[in-house]
Amino acid sequence: MGTLSAYLHQLGSPRWFFSLSRPWGIGFAAVGATLLAVGWVWGLVFAPPDYQQGNSFRIIYVHVPSAHLAEALYLAMGAAGVVLLVWRMKLADMFIAVVAPVGMAMAGIALATGAIWGRPTWGAWWVWDARTTSMLALFFLYVGVIGLRQAIPSPRQAGRAAAVLAVVGTVNVPIVKYSVDWWLTLHQPASFTLTSAPAMPPSMWVPLLVNVVGLYSFAAALIVAGMRNEILHRERDAQWVRDQLRSGEREGPAPRMGEPSAGVREGPAPRMEEPSAGEREGRSPSKKEPSAGVREGRSPSKKGKREGPAPRSGK
Amino acid sequence: MSLAAAQARRDFAIALRSRSEAAQPLAFFVLAALLFALAGPDAELRGAIAPGVVWTLALFAVTLSMEGLFRQDVEDGALEQMLLHARPLFSAVLGKLFAHWCLTGLPLALLGPFVALALQAPPAVAPALALSLLLGTPTLTLIGAIAAALTASLRRGSLLAALIALPLFVPTLIFGVSAGLAPAAGQEATPPLLMLAALLAAAATGAPFAVGAALRVSQEH
Repeated sequence: MGTLSAYLHQLGSPRWFFSLSRPWGIGFAAVGATLLAVGWVWGLVFAPPDYQQGNSFRIIYVHVPSAHLAEALYLAMGAAGVVLLVWRMKLADMFIAVVAPVGMAMAGIALATGAIWGRPTWGAWWVWDARTTSMLALFFLYVGVIGLRQAIPSPRQAGRAAAVLAVVGTVNVPIVKYSVDWWLTLHQPASFTLTSAPAMPPSMWVPLLVNVVGLYSFAAALIVAGMRNEILHRERDAQWVRDQLRSGEREGPAPRMGEPSAGVREGPAPRMEEPSAGEREGRSPSKKEPSAGVREGRSPSKKGKREGPAPRSGK
Repeated sequence: MSLAAAQARRDFAIALRSRSEAAQPLAFFVLAALLFALAGPDAELRGAIAPGVVWTLALFAVTLSMEGLFRQDVEDGALEQMLLHARPLFSAVLGKLFAHWCLTGLPLALLGPFVALALQAPPAVAPALALSLLLGTPTLTLIGAIAAALTASLRRGSLLAALIALPLFVPTLIFGVSAGLAPAAGQEATPPLLMLAALLAAAATGAPFAVGAALRVSQEH
């Protein structure tokens, strides 16, 4: 086992991710909120109006980032699907579970803002333009992944089925996009497109760039937060999660900052045993402590059922 | 290859013993065309969009027929046997899908041009439409099988399977309809037909892997 595989091993552990990801989430949220605030005010108020479309063009500051993100998230979901199917990494499953609704929301926002922009520009709420059509198909691909996940009762099976679908969908997304383009060049006059419009001046595209980066960060913050919730939910029987939650309740938010890093230092090597059981014992003899007996009796069987043979399941 | 042939032979034999079930997609196809003829009384308009209608109905018929692709095998355990013994699984899946296509897609492709003519399509449309259906329906079967395999373990999965498969059918539908409409518009039907052939080649090489993976997932406990 080289360092790289050891590192990947660690990366697949939900516990490890949970202990590290809190600052990432906060960082992404801060960057995203700042950039979006700056970008929206800049784009919606200070950017010059378009010489043809006047002020209605400003919706691109919401529309374009969300459309970008909807496509990028689907690709990321496909990549996570490959990771889950090949390496059986639990985190990849959680990633897919969390990304699908975010991506669907982004596709929905892109479609809605596109319709709102289309009304004054094209004179119709809905036009079967190449972009709208392929975005609609993408939206339904997200719907399929979410529907499949929820329809299959066994979480493990649902995760892997969704992964297969995400991979298949990712292969199809470009084909759908190009076939729709091809179809429209045959059967409809070319419609006005934003990106092929003669080079936007920097006063217009710089705020757009700010918005794109801002929305990416915001989505990353959402995904990290969602994955943290997912981890707590799925590992709710694990001792470290109970400890985590109890310490959060008892000690208030302040010492919680230290908690994760302590976890990292003490247990980067994924172990089958509860590493924190010992250190906790002395501290909490009080209240409704679910006691060592419960823990010991239950955990081995639980572990057996969980994902994969490896201890990376982070128990 | 003999594995694929054996699997196909088995599925043919089963289909021959329940002929009415095998005929259902075709009956649905013709009935839906009849309903469409009643719903769109303007003969000229109906003839102009007939290739598109035929393609859409064929797509629905294939989607509906997919539900039965694995159901029987899941229930009687034949699917688990196939997953256990078939090496490579790819060939067995391909054989199974070939048999299924011969029983649904092929008759649809042969019947499609006549349905289009019955909907008052110009006669020039028929050959291109027939070719596009011949090249396109196997792709529909291959892609639809992925959705069917993903939902194979579910009791009521057919609507979900349709929801999963229909967005993936978009490219096939587009090129199929383009080929069908081209002769009436005085255009060359060859480019969309070639694109259909390319889609078929890609689906035939890729989809059986996805079907196999999805079937494996569906039989995990």
